[in-house]
Amino acid sequence: MRPEEGTLISRAQAIAALLELLTDQPVIICNGFPSREAHKIADRPTHFYMIGSMGNAPAIALGVALAKPNKQVVTFDGDGNVLMGMGTLATVGALKPKNFIHVVFDNEVYGTTGNQPTISNVVPLEKVAKAAGYVNVERVLDRDDLVYEFKDMLKKDGPSMLLIKVNEFAEDAGRVLHEPPDITKRFMKAIEG
Amino acid sequence: MIESDAFVQALQDMGVDFFTGVPDSILGGIIAELMDRRLYTPAVREDEAVGMAAGAYMAGKVPAVLMQNSGLGTSLNTLISLNMIYRQPCILIVSWRGQGGKDAPEHLVMGEVMPQFLDTMKIPHRVLTEKTAVDDFKWVAETFMKQRIPVALVITKGVVKGLHP
Repeated sequence: MRPEEGTLISRAQAIAALLELLTDQPVIICNGFPSREAHKIADRPTHFYMIGSMGNAPAIALGVALAKPNKQVVTFDGDGNVLMGMGTLATVGALKPKNFIHVVFDNEVYGTTGNQPTISNVVPLEKVAKAAGYVNVERVLDRDDLVYEFKDMLKKDGPSMLLIKVNEFAEDAGRVLHEPPDITKRFMKAIEG
Repeated sequence: MIESDAFVQALQDMGVDFFTGVPDSILGGIIAELMDRRLYTPAVREDEAVGMAAGAYMAGKVPAVLMQNSGLGTSLNTLISLNMIYRQPCILIVSWRGQGGKDAPEHLVMGEVMPQFLDTMKIPHRVLTEKTAVDDFKWVAETFMKQRIPVALVITKGVVKGLHP
């Protein structure tokens, strides 16, 4: 049993806390429960909800960040997703976009497919990001630290990674209601200019 | 043979302003020219490159992704579960390794099936030739605008000048 088990917040609680601190920043949200929960908590046109292409959320966010260097770009990611697209940590670390914030909800399982274990219990993903060249990395275990560190990252030059340990609880959030082409159009319009 | 700088200029004239990808020897001259012009963002995998291109597209860019045809396999899921479903176009500049069965063994299977593979994925594709280049580029631009999905321009060996002519 993990020492922190039973005391961790849920991913939905973490998402709610983060979205309270965000306004009009583009947020690219990985497939599975993170997109569904964010959609339920606050459906904003600046959200790009993914339903497929697992592992690609930070790559999409990186494309936005490079094309819009004056806009702070955030991606909500999961431990299984980061492990699948781990090469992108290297690309981000090498290119060092200052406007890039990578949030990872780490529950050590593939939640959407039935809680099969990932390997993030033994691979500290924020340390991988640091070694790859991310400028700021933090691992947080509770809501107060999450709020403190995320506020700090919003003020700093990145790339930054905030890894939030969360429990396995998944909100009954339903699927994202927008059609994918509409998500594209809405997001493009929202981040114009 | 098409000069690399003429090839890159043709893409820029079409409005392409975001270039990423993973190298191939056939594309070596093009990538060198893109790097000279400070236009190229290297990716570590083709699916990552396709993802970056999608992000750049949504942020107002016209993206192109360079890859050898083996990269179509690596990026398949991204092309179909991101670009196709979300209607996010990009220009795929794909080198045709293994064409006609004359290449290293690792390229032979994909080299043989690539046209059918692109057909199956419903990715419009055309092979660039020096004679039809103007039409080929026009077709790429029109397909990109009209269909809003990835469109592949296939580059065979010797059509665009490489690093070691």
